[in-house]
Amino acid sequence: MDLEKIKSDIEEAVLDCRLQIVVNPSPSAQHSLVVAREHAAAVARYLRDDAELRLDYCSNVSGVDWLDTETSEKVKTKKLVDGVEQEVEEVRKTRTPGYLEAVYHLYSMEKKHGPLVLRQRTENRGDGVTVASLTPVWRSAEFQEREIFDLYGIVFEGHPDLRRILMWDGFEDHPMRKDYVEPNDYEYEPTPHDAVIAKAAQARETERR
Amino acid sequence: MDAELKNELSRQGIFTTTLEELYNWGRKSSVWPLTFGLACCAIEMIATTMARYDLARFGAEVFRPSPRQADLMIVAGTVTKKMAPQVVRLYNQMPEPKYVIAMGACAISGGPFKQGYNVLKGIDRYIPVDVHIPGCPPRPEALIDAFMTLQKKIAAQSLTGEERPRYLHADEPSEFPVPEYGAHDLEPPKNVKLWNIIYKTAAKEPSSAGEDGSGKD
Amino acid sequence: MMEAAIEELTVRDAAGKGEDALLELSLGPHHPSTHGVFRMDVVLDGERVMRLKPVFGYLHRNHEKIAEGASYLASMPYTDRLDYIGSLTNNWAYALAVEKLAGIEVPERAEYIRVITAELTRLQNHASTIGFLTQEMGASGSPLMYSFREREKILDLFEALTGSRMMCNYMRFGGCRVDLPVGWMDQARKVVAEFPRFLDEFERLLTGNEILLARTQGVGVLSGELAIQGGVTGPILRASGVNYDIRKVDRYGIYERFDFKVPLGEHGDVYDRYMVRVLEMRESLKILNQALRDIPAGPIMDAKTKIRGFRPKAGEAYGRIESAKGELGFFLISDGTGNPYRYRVRPPSLINLTVLEDMCIGSSVADTIVTFGTIDIVLGEVDR
Repeated sequence: MDLEKIKSDIEEAVLDCRLQIVVNPSPSAQHSLVVAREHAAAVARYLRDDAELRLDYCSNVSGVDWLDTETSEKVKTKKLVDGVEQEVEEVRKTRTPGYLEAVYHLYSMEKKHGPLVLRQRTENRGDGVTVASLTPVWRSAEFQEREIFDLYGIVFEGHPDLRRILMWDGFEDHPMRKDYVEPNDYEYEPTPHDAVIAKAAQARETERR
Repeated sequence: MDAELKNELSRQGIFTTTLEELYNWGRKSSVWPLTFGLACCAIEMIATTMARYDLARFGAEVFRPSPRQADLMIVAGTVTKKMAPQVVRLYNQMPEPKYVIAMGACAISGGPFKQGYNVLKGIDRYIPVDVHIPGCPPRPEALIDAFMTLQKKIAAQSLTGEERPRYLHADEPSEFPVPEYGAHDLEPPKNVKLWNIIYKTAAKEPSSAGEDGSGKD
Repeated sequence: MMEAAIEELTVRDAAGKGEDALLELSLGPHHPSTHGVFRMDVVLDGERVMRLKPVFGYLHRNHEKIAEGASYLASMPYTDRLDYIGSLTNNWAYALAVEKLAGIEVPERAEYIRVITAELTRLQNHASTIGFLTQEMGASGSPLMYSFREREKILDLFEALTGSRMMCNYMRFGGCRVDLPVGWMDQARKVVAEFPRFLDEFERLLTGNEILLARTQGVGVLSGELAIQGGVTGPILRASGVNYDIRKVDRYGIYERFDFKVPLGEHGDVYDRYMVRVLEMRESLKILNQALRDIPAGPIMDAKTKIRGFRPKAGEAYGRIESAKGELGFFLISDGTGNPYRYRVRPPSLINLTVLEDMCIGSSVADTIVTFGTIDIVLGEVDR
């Protein structure tokens, strides 16, 4: 499955579509294609119906949460210090915004090849969390996209029945996000460790009061 | 009446007992469990009822699917917060006298999944438990041992006096409040009155949280 | 399109009977024949099912979140608790995914042991499934007793090998935890030699049985196209006529050395799924005989891999195997530390449920229960 060739075929077939290849550094060599929200359904349909690819089986849909990252690097610049121009080392911090992602693993039952990895990314982790739903193309994504909506908060546009699947309907958080804080239902533990020691101290305070 | 006289009489064909013994013997020899398997421990519970470790010879002949016809609820498996109201509702629907066995580490205290946003840290937060079986999953022999412990407990229950069980006290509750789904957690997170009844004796011991001032916990 | 068809049914059948003709019922989460805490919200017209919506999450134990906070090795015992009837195949799927992620090679003897334990797991899984299916049809536990009798023999083998009957925690990244104990091979050969007699007895009891035929033929039909669309895998897919067995497609492990066939069904009904499972058990016996004959001596663990302090390079991998229920896959994203950044289980039971509604529309409640039984779900996997 030559990813470059597939990318150029898709960009020819679907209008205005530009894909991005993400290289996978691990030995598994499963590289992926990133598709934008506007073209996702068209690209999916092409992948399913193309005579050579025939990717008719969507095996796995996962959600991933990428937090905002901050990278700092030391840069040598010339600055005025006490009236004398000197070379100073400055620490420059760049902030890359985070996003949520839905990763699709596609196989072909007819041609018995695969996997092709397709990714859809949201704009940010706050209010821009809409992507296109691929359930109209592959029905196996139905429950899995609902699960990602439940646990990550990605809204899939075009999904026939988008509601919570694993948590109850009144639940308000998205628990699989990296910044989720669990409710404090501490219970006595004989050997607390790591983060639990803080919870134990807090519970002792509330019990004494 | 001491045991020697009893034995002598029974050898002559005269059988003596007390009302309490007879009543408890009838009850402990025919405890009918509720089919209530939640997770992996349920498979071990089914294996206990199968041909190799036959639970039926201890009196648990029929597993009733309806709570109205069952005496014993074996909570086998992890109780999640989504399932907890259903468990309490089923417990309320069982008629007295009723017993609960918490089978497996998950039913006792959350087990290996204790750090879970959806896992209830032990079913004894909402209903009283009679026998706890540790293990993940406990072997079928452990379940049989727990069953026998429950039978001993039933045999030791008295019909009159202060020590009589809960269902013979007129003012003790036999139904417990059902928790509701909240926005982030169940409401209430645990049944505080029940918790204090069961654990107030444990709280007085020096090795539990709250009293020990050492840096250990 | 599905909604429009159901609307028509509703209007047509409720004509003359009024709006109250339809009954909305919740089967579960506590029900004698839902394999665990599973709930189906059905809308009934008399005995016939008009609409069916599965509701689950009653066993959601957030395995994936725990895995993000634990090391790679610490997640291995949790994989036992996914499909709790077949824990060794879950272990293998996870080990395969990590081996793909880190590029680890597995020695030959370990591969043979993996195949032997996986096929033994498949045997006891299919036997139990058929036993539970007959219980749902009202057989009150008799075939289940026979299945569990064989299952206990296989669990004895697992206990001798791994120390535990059910939660085995046996596979490691690069091989297996301990080697086969003395006398295990002879005991395994004995179990495998006795199994065909059990299968013949089982088939004599069930395959030509009038009641079974009447209750399973033509019930819960699933077409091949809908199965592929819905992402269904495992015996259900093969009973609908689609030839897709991951052991033959991906050729993971050493499965290409074994000579076995893939049984396919024709009609896609409950009877076909039952027969596919019986035939798969016979094929597993063939594989077991070959593996037990050919297993070489040698190391069981890759010498270069660290067990503790395991830190794969950054990257991602998706590894999958053919478990007894379907395609079990693990998707791992590593960021170079000892804990995975994202750990995802692809549960076959959950995805096989996508087509439950299609199979059950128009059938009676009793047929719905039987159809649901053949999907063979395990809630630990559905909810994780």
